[in-house]
Amino acid sequence: MNALLPESIPEALDMLARDPAAVPMAGGTDLLVHWPVRIEAHDRTYLDLSRLEDLKPLTWKADELVLGALTTYWDVIRDERVGREFPLLVQAARQVGAIQIQARGTWAGNVVNASPAADGVPALMAYDATVVLESRRGREEVPLDRFYSGYKEMRRRADQLVVAIRIPRRTYSFQIFEKVGSRRAQAIAKVGLAVTHSDAGWRVVAASVAPTIRRCLAVERLLETGARAGVSSSEDLSPAIAQDVAPIDDIRSSARYRNRAMARVLYHDLKDFWGPLLERRPRADPLP
Amino acid sequence: MVALIEEDQPVLAAGYVRHVHEPVLLVAHASREAARRAVRSIEVVVEAEPPALDFRVVAPAEQIQYGPDNVLKRLKIEKGDVERALARAPVVVSGTYETGAQEHVYLETQGMIAYLEDDVLVVKGSMQCPYYVLKALQHALARDETRVRVVQTPTGGGFGGKEEFPSHIALHAALLALKSGRPVKLIYDRGEDMAATTKRHPALVRHRTGLSRDGRLLAQDVEVVIDGGAYVTLSPVVLSRAIIHAAGPYACEHVRIQGRAMFTNAVPFGAFRGFGAPQTQFAGERHMDVVARTLAVDPVELRRVNLLKDGQTTATGQVIRDSTDRVAVMERALELSRYREKQGEHTAFNATHETLRRGMGLATFFHGAGFTGGGEVALKSRLRVAGRADGGVEVLSANIEMGQGTLTVFTELAAARLGLDPDDVTIAEADTSRVPNSGPTVASRTTMIVGGLVERAADDLRRRLGLDHSARGADVKQAIRRWHLEHPAEPLFGEAAYEKPPGIEWDDKSYRGDAYGAFAWAAYVAEVEVDLRTCATRVIDFTAVQEVGKVLNPTLARGQVQGGVVQGIGWALMEECTWQDGAMANNQLTNYLIPTSDDVPSIRVAFIENPYPHGGGGGAKGLGELPIDGPAPAIVNAVAAATGADPRTIPVTPERLMELMEIADFGLRNAD
Amino acid sequence: MSSQSAIPNPQSAISVTFTLNGSSVTVEIDPADRLLDTLRYRLGLTGTKEGCGEGECGACTVYLDGVPVNSCLIPTYQVRDRKVETIESLDPRALEAFERCGATQCGACTPGVVMTAWWIRGHPDLLRTHTIRELMAGNLCRCTGYDGIVDSIKEALGER
Repeated sequence: MNALLPESIPEALDMLARDPAAVPMAGGTDLLVHWPVRIEAHDRTYLDLSRLEDLKPLTWKADELVLGALTTYWDVIRDERVGREFPLLVQAARQVGAIQIQARGTWAGNVVNASPAADGVPALMAYDATVVLESRRGREEVPLDRFYSGYKEMRRRADQLVVAIRIPRRTYSFQIFEKVGSRRAQAIAKVGLAVTHSDAGWRVVAASVAPTIRRCLAVERLLETGARAGVSSSEDLSPAIAQDVAPIDDIRSSARYRNRAMARVLYHDLKDFWGPLLERRPRADPLP
Repeated sequence: MVALIEEDQPVLAAGYVRHVHEPVLLVAHASREAARRAVRSIEVVVEAEPPALDFRVVAPAEQIQYGPDNVLKRLKIEKGDVERALARAPVVVSGTYETGAQEHVYLETQGMIAYLEDDVLVVKGSMQCPYYVLKALQHALARDETRVRVVQTPTGGGFGGKEEFPSHIALHAALLALKSGRPVKLIYDRGEDMAATTKRHPALVRHRTGLSRDGRLLAQDVEVVIDGGAYVTLSPVVLSRAIIHAAGPYACEHVRIQGRAMFTNAVPFGAFRGFGAPQTQFAGERHMDVVARTLAVDPVELRRVNLLKDGQTTATGQVIRDSTDRVAVMERALELSRYREKQGEHTAFNATHETLRRGMGLATFFHGAGFTGGGEVALKSRLRVAGRADGGVEVLSANIEMGQGTLTVFTELAAARLGLDPDDVTIAEADTSRVPNSGPTVASRTTMIVGGLVERAADDLRRRLGLDHSARGADVKQAIRRWHLEHPAEPLFGEAAYEKPPGIEWDDKSYRGDAYGAFAWAAYVAEVEVDLRTCATRVIDFTAVQEVGKVLNPTLARGQVQGGVVQGIGWALMEECTWQDGAMANNQLTNYLIPTSDDVPSIRVAFIENPYPHGGGGGAKGLGELPIDGPAPAIVNAVAAATGADPRTIPVTPERLMELMEIADFGLRNAD
Repeated sequence: MSSQSAIPNPQSAISVTFTLNGSSVTVEIDPADRLLDTLRYRLGLTGTKEGCGEGECGACTVYLDGVPVNSCLIPTYQVRDRKVETIESLDPRALEAFERCGATQCGACTPGVVMTAWWIRGHPDLLRTHTIRELMAGNLCRCTGYDGIVDSIKEALGER
């Protein structure tokens, strides 16, 4: 096994340009799982990012929150301002395993691991995050909701490094996060949902129900347009959900359960928005 | 072959394998990485035959691999005339129940070290039964007792999973050590451990129950089928305990319980805390609630009417006369859990809450400790208490510490018996070259039975010193020191051998009589909250009340109950094995979920004491396994109360519950 | 040291210097060594346990720069010039509350549990936003049912 140990970002980008097969390593919480038996993984080259101090801090700007590539879930949990302005990030972070994982796992690592069950990605996507990539060839920015092209496929060239995640600061009138599973502190969700509403519109993001995490555009359209008036049960959401996602049976759950749980959670969590205007209950306060 | 009940399991398979994780080849190297790479480069070619993988159905001819019908063991309990009683019963309620496998997840995985010390083969490792391992080594390697030594090392959890499987690992490590001439360490990583070692037997239980209209039990007809996997292992004994507990702690004149353990090509199943009783008592206690619903009778009243009273007999005809008020045990659980009050609160809660439903569930149950029937006699357990040169004592037994408190309890028993300070008592390492065979650390027998041997061996030591039976403390220490000065280099010890308590009669052929010296009795109450959006269930409150003879150490006893309850919560709600070719496919902790601290409430524990005259420490009954018999039915009964659904299979995963509720077309409709 | 310390390919060995339990230590490692492997097999500190190898059970919990982490998921080279603390660094008197309240039975999870618990005790402000049970959810225990552990932490907090 080869370990490349850069001391600066330019050095890291040089190394990556020379050896695009090198795997960038941040917190290691995905890459080192079952390490001893994954012998093929021992034969690769890893690029250690842990000394790149500039990638660590999260930064508040006038119009955006910028997460560094090495910002951890715990960094976000401990930042009171994030809790106030982007509560879904804190909720998502608190449900990533437990403290030991939260202290090491990074948002950027979660993004580039590209798991369809990722914890942080749905919340980031529901906040319209943008992925910032650097390489020797220059900087590139890709909206997160266009970052994934297929199962474990993403718009990152091998010589690019994620250096930041930019999140626009907005006023949200509604936001919820749900991680559905058989137990509380859990590694992998059966269904993940992040829903927000602001002047930029509705964002409904689902995880574990498709080869990639994605915005559910048909469900968003239901909410944006008057069509939501016709929704009077969770079943009424099924056609839109079927357009957006395609859950499978796997070792953790079934397609049928995922579909039904997603429909029920969306129906109940957004209960103030479905049904004819006259029958709608008063707007619920934005959730903490 | 590996010596156990039957010698059917080869140390290494040659020519024929019966399950996908059967060991065929052993590889050792100084570097773990190199050993792994070597294993990866080896291809084991197996010509597959159609496997028998469903223990619930009759296997077709080409899948018969054991006897004429793949039945590893048949057992039957009969009392009265059940067919006649059923035919005459005003009401008959039937039900079929299933329980899934359960993986132990001891935090320390299995492992052994083997090396040669001159001509003696030494095997050390994580185990519950050093003498089982010794016997297996002697038998397979044809070495007598003087040339094999087995030592138990600190064991990070067992729960039955380290009762017999360690013999396999011990033999593998030993073979490699003998062949290489070098010390060998063989440790399973978590994935290997979960995939290849034994698990709780899956079970299918059918009830046909005849009752009077006011809920008195008139007839119980029970069929129990368990999946033994590809070798016999301990399945006959698991089946035995399963059927003995299958009719529950109730009085009924006409009972028939028929059990069979099936061969399949699954990785063999084995001992797990409870050993058959959790499976059949899940079925029995869930069935009681199903019966209650059918008769429109309160589940509490149904149990009140039927719980055994002194003078009445169990399914095997054992007369219960321990003067425990079993109804009072139940009442205490109802009181501490605020059962009635909460039922009232839940009615209001469930009527108004959009998406959550709450419910209370009860289970009353029992557990017989020690080996069944004549089993303890057959073990011929022996134990010694040695007097040390410094005046203290050392307890020599084969019963090991795996977290349940053996070291503490034996120390306290010996100290109390001789009036010594606990600091004057040591417990010998469980080394077969030093300690006598006091039997395996299983069956909740360590305090109740072996604790009694500690006390009697201490008495015997006192006798050998020529002391009066009332001699205590400094007198004892002084006598021990003096004896050693007068008999240099001679060992001094008191001994005790197991003696069957009087009045216990068991007939192994007819399966009738006194199955156990004592039963512990319990009533558990669970309060659950179900989220109708996801059908996920949380246990939000739990009360565990049990009568256990005598509590010797409150902290340890409480810990046994709380630990067992949480294992039961996991088994009931989230611990599910998914199978591929008869092996566990979800063999990692990310996908086999056990409860975390955040998944369970504080477990409320209360003990009632009614000393068992023949129990160690002045009357202790076995406690280790009882707590895992009750949680699953209490929880599932609570889920039924909360939602109106009728689960009959555990684990009640969100997927299963959602399907049940949609099929029944209620609850979820209302929430929508 | 155990035979597992043989480095398969000595040419790729790297030297890592870090602060371990208050003292500076330099160790030759294989780049593939996890911090858990280095602690147990190269440095002989066997208090930290391997329970799962996937960051689920917490038996391998150590402090990295004062925060509890799973050492089974950390490449050793990442701790260069950083501060690592293992269970061996804790004052044995820290165990008193745990002994009293039934926090331990078989002991396999205990080092990891105590590490996380002791850190919670040192950061009581966390309890404004988290419960003890949530903070301990990364330390699996199969023996105690968790009440003894939670009681011990409450006791330890009360002592302050």
